[in-house]
Amino acid sequence: MRPALPGFRLTLGIVLLYTSLIVLLPLAALGARAGELGLSGIWAVVSDERALRAYGLSFGAALVAALINAVLGLMLAWVLVRYRFPGRRLIDGLVDLPFALPTAVAGIALTAIYSPKGMLGGPLAELGLQVAFTRVGITVALVFIGIPFVVRTVQPVLEGLDPSLSEAAQVLGASRLQTFFRVILPALLPATLTGFALALARGVGEYGSVVFISGNMPYRTEVASLLIITKLEQYDYEGATALAAVMLLVSFAILLGVNLLQRRLSRGLT
Amino acid sequence: MSVRVESITKRFGADAGRVTGVSGVSFEAPSHAITSLVGPSGSGKSTLLRLVAGLEQPDQGRVLVEGEDLTRVPVQARRLGFVFQNYALFRHMSVFDNIAFGLSVRGASRKEQAARVSELLELVQLADYAKRLPDQLSGGQRQRVALARALAPRPRVLLLDEPFGALDTQVRVELREWLHRLHEQTQVTTLLVTHDQEEALELSQHVVLLREGQVEQAGTPTELYESPRSAFVASFLGGAQILKGQVSEGQLQLPGQELSADVDHADGAVEAFVRPHDVRLVRADEPGGAPARVERLIRVGGFVKLTVRLDSGEVLQVQMSRTAQLDLGVEAGDPVRVDLGGIRVIARRGYSI
Repeated sequence: MRPALPGFRLTLGIVLLYTSLIVLLPLAALGARAGELGLSGIWAVVSDERALRAYGLSFGAALVAALINAVLGLMLAWVLVRYRFPGRRLIDGLVDLPFALPTAVAGIALTAIYSPKGMLGGPLAELGLQVAFTRVGITVALVFIGIPFVVRTVQPVLEGLDPSLSEAAQVLGASRLQTFFRVILPALLPATLTGFALALARGVGEYGSVVFISGNMPYRTEVASLLIITKLEQYDYEGATALAAVMLLVSFAILLGVNLLQRRLSRGLT
Repeated sequence: MSVRVESITKRFGADAGRVTGVSGVSFEAPSHAITSLVGPSGSGKSTLLRLVAGLEQPDQGRVLVEGEDLTRVPVQARRLGFVFQNYALFRHMSVFDNIAFGLSVRGASRKEQAARVSELLELVQLADYAKRLPDQLSGGQRQRVALARALAPRPRVLLLDEPFGALDTQVRVELREWLHRLHEQTQVTTLLVTHDQEEALELSQHVVLLREGQVEQAGTPTELYESPRSAFVASFLGGAQILKGQVSEGQLQLPGQELSADVDHADGAVEAFVRPHDVRLVRADEPGGAPARVERLIRVGGFVKLTVRLDSGEVLQVQMSRTAQLDLGVEAGDPVRVDLGGIRVIARRGYSI
């Protein structure tokens, strides 16, 4: 059969050119700029205590937020697909809001709510839990930013999931829990993992929403992306690019790992 | 394990779409037999099967298996086997794990599972496929895995919902044969939902014919085929053509025709049926029968199908072997005479079509 689109060579050429211009070239420039420091110079920048703390916080908070989103996003998608209730479409629309909102707006809104004088921050502070200007606050912001990724990747898969699968499991004697964990969840896991990876990637690099709620205290609530901006503001372009390049490598490694895991999990499902 | 359904009623809301309800349906499926629930789409046959399985709750009525009332028993505890039309295999599990599922959720040991699964793989002739994933199997193989999975926990009753519906004709016929042999071996009481009358007549010892959520007639395939109680039954099974007529003194008169036949029926207006292969054609220059003309002649393998218009205006479908047609020496456009000796009166005056 003749493919609908013109030849493989042409399309592959466009793909390579496009990814080179849009993705690879800027990244190469990043590497080249960082390279001006030399390996030992880069090592000095990225092994600095403050940088290590910032990396830890960026990846740690993004990981926690993505895990929370994987669970809650799955639940949200489940409710939106499987149940009919008034306001369902409204909630369905609200899910996308974190995509559309300028991240700084999200940051300001969250800070207003969770600051010690805010609506939620006040009562929570009395309970001994301070959210704004702590790592908890950063995680909250990243959960907010990341939720649509999981919901929007799981939703279509769930909609396409054959209802007779769970019926078949139940006729065979499976309880509701067994049905969920042995039949439904394995079918949703690859999509959930994709959503998780996207949320994680987004969280690692997030700047706008975090910068307001984090308080930006070096060694404590300073994320890597903020540290990069700080270095830029000090005209330390080489240092900033060195930090960024390492972040890029780690993110790439994580995404690659998630992809491989996802391929193993989706055995038989695609 | 006989299945008894007692005046069961299930209604769906108007927005339920293509699901049809059933009202006041009663029937009995004898032990160790295959009972077909047959009818056109929208007759409620699948709903009935789902009610027996416990996948739907009836508004009224009861479901009994071997005298035990299962109406309020949850689906998991009914110990029935169900095969879905689209197989509903677990795609992330191997063939082995699919078949073992019903055993493992009930806490059977690894050893028990392995023993039972290999027994079933043997039975469905898929012994070499244990490690395959469902996506690596053909449609017919998947259907066999679905059957093995349903049979693994030794169900009291096997429920099959259009099991061959998604397969092409050749595979259907093979699987039908195979299912027949499988049933001979296992002797599991089976309820088979199908819209295919041939499947129902060929496979089952008992047929329940449904129409618009109600039982139209139930009995052995021969009973339904030979003595349909309504025009609907006659035309659904074997494609009979319905003619209205008048019986007087044991003679069936069809209006506007010089056709008559001896019948054993009380006087009055009746509906009569004749199947395409029961219509006899004779040469136009021979005596007997009513004058007619062959309008169309189609050859289908060893058969020919003829459309015959009687001079009185009625149109009849006729089927005969190719040899018989050659012996008769008629082609499209030729005049013939039609002998309706095979016509039979419908026992009970039924619905008109």
